[in-house]
Amino acid sequence: MALTKLDQLYRQVILDEAYHPRHHGTLAAPTHQVTVRNPSCGDVLTLALEVKDGVIKDAAFSGSGCTISQASGSLMTDRIIGQTPQHVLNLVATFSDLVIDGQVKDEAALGDAAILKGVHQFPARVKCATLAWKAAAQALTKGAEHD
Amino acid sequence: MQMREQFPFFKRHPDLVYLDSAATSQKPQAVLDALNDYYVDANANVHRGLYQLAYNTTEGYEAARGQVARFLNANQASEIVFTRGTTESLNLVASSFGPLVVREGDEILVSAAEHHSNFIPWQQLAATTGARFVVAPVTPLGETDPQALAKLITPKTKILAVAQVTNVAGGLVPVRQLADAVHANGGFVVVDGAQSAPHMPVDVQAMGADFFAFSGHKIYGPTGIGALYGRQALLERMPPVQFGGEMIDSVTDAQSTWAEVPLKFEAGTPNIAGAFGLAAAIEFLQAQDWSTVRAREDRLVRRLRAGLSATPGVTVYGSANSLGIVSFNLAGVHPHDLATFLDEQQIAVRAGHHCAQPLMARLGVPATVRASFGLYNTADDCDRLAAAVAAARGYFLGTD
Repeated sequence: MALTKLDQLYRQVILDEAYHPRHHGTLAAPTHQVTVRNPSCGDVLTLALEVKDGVIKDAAFSGSGCTISQASGSLMTDRIIGQTPQHVLNLVATFSDLVIDGQVKDEAALGDAAILKGVHQFPARVKCATLAWKAAAQALTKGAEHD
Repeated sequence: MQMREQFPFFKRHPDLVYLDSAATSQKPQAVLDALNDYYVDANANVHRGLYQLAYNTTEGYEAARGQVARFLNANQASEIVFTRGTTESLNLVASSFGPLVVREGDEILVSAAEHHSNFIPWQQLAATTGARFVVAPVTPLGETDPQALAKLITPKTKILAVAQVTNVAGGLVPVRQLADAVHANGGFVVVDGAQSAPHMPVDVQAMGADFFAFSGHKIYGPTGIGALYGRQALLERMPPVQFGGEMIDSVTDAQSTWAEVPLKFEAGTPNIAGAFGLAAAIEFLQAQDWSTVRAREDRLVRRLRAGLSATPGVTVYGSANSLGIVSFNLAGVHPHDLATFLDEQQIAVRAGHHCAQPLMARLGVPATVRASFGLYNTADDCDRLAAAVAAARGYFLGTD
């Protein structure tokens, strides 16, 4: 039986990802840190990155939000570790296209994060899915922030 | 049902359970007709043209003002300023009246349950005048606590800004008692009536309000129109905050003087169609029997609260006395996920912080789900929502 629209959004893997997120917390020595919000709904997400030798060595996120934003934070951090900042910016654009349009040429590049494509059937929830990815783009384009 | 049939929206959406009237209400045919009639029959600018049509339209616009005055039991029509809505009304008081009475070291008092529109303007006024912004604690279930407010009223309290009915928990605040205490100390009372005007008869004089703000679109009228009531003597002291057409007495190269109250606050072509629509909405509302409306809405609130409480893990905020609003959360399920689940079952509710982040912080939650009633809601709407929330628990958390 085909999955209902709702079941495509809330697949078990997504619920698992949200209720048991990976890379949730903070980093000891982040080179980049940014906090982003969805002002319309109150979601807040802080992303910490450690960029060394031209790659993202580690990433962690914290904050509060819905299932979709939490799952997305988990999938995003897991996907970008080990990647170059430029590649991450490309992934952010690809992910954004996927959750808006429901399909994208290089879907495979997103790895597990592509399971969030069901979001495209819920335009009101696109912002939830893209919040973590926007944080990554913002952190990497604003440059290193040293305290 | 006869009431529902007066709202063409439900002919287009027969299966929709619309429980978001605290955000905006649907519009009865009478209001839609008034808007259409205005544009088809009476469209002309007001307070300008000398031709008969423009004169008649100006009369109609001013008649709408009179109708608002009677709706609020103001002393006279000139105490009513047309605005875009509650937010603009409150901002007008804060930016024009505020600096006249608030000095460094004074206090501005609000409840932590206020909507951002009745919170930020006062926070900003305090910042620019050097006054202290005093935020009163709320009850554990998110209601404005009148006793906590009363305790914080001092001779330094220049302004108390309070919602008569709060927009998250829906509790009724006894404005008169607080107003008497504020007035005894030489202060002024600004009332946010956005959520009270749709649900109860309003009497600005009986409640002791110096200012009262409400929005047309929450009382079955059009968007983009609302009003500010202000006591005549206070409005006369206040400077205009916008300049341009309609609000002047005379203009020379050197200086300008202002029109009388209330026109000095209505720069530019106003929302004329909106005023006609608002008048129709008030007429519609005044044709209702308030005691019947209250009894009906109270039954719906109690039915929904009971229905929701039957599902384990549900916290219902406010009290059984809430006016047409039921906010709640389901433990373990984020309000946005719950709202999406409900939307798939054609149930429209609001999920979020409801422009009340200081309140969310005190409740210790990022957001809540809010169901709110209008004249067209039924017991069946309550039951469908309660059943869907129970189903959502199984969907997201599994059954145990």
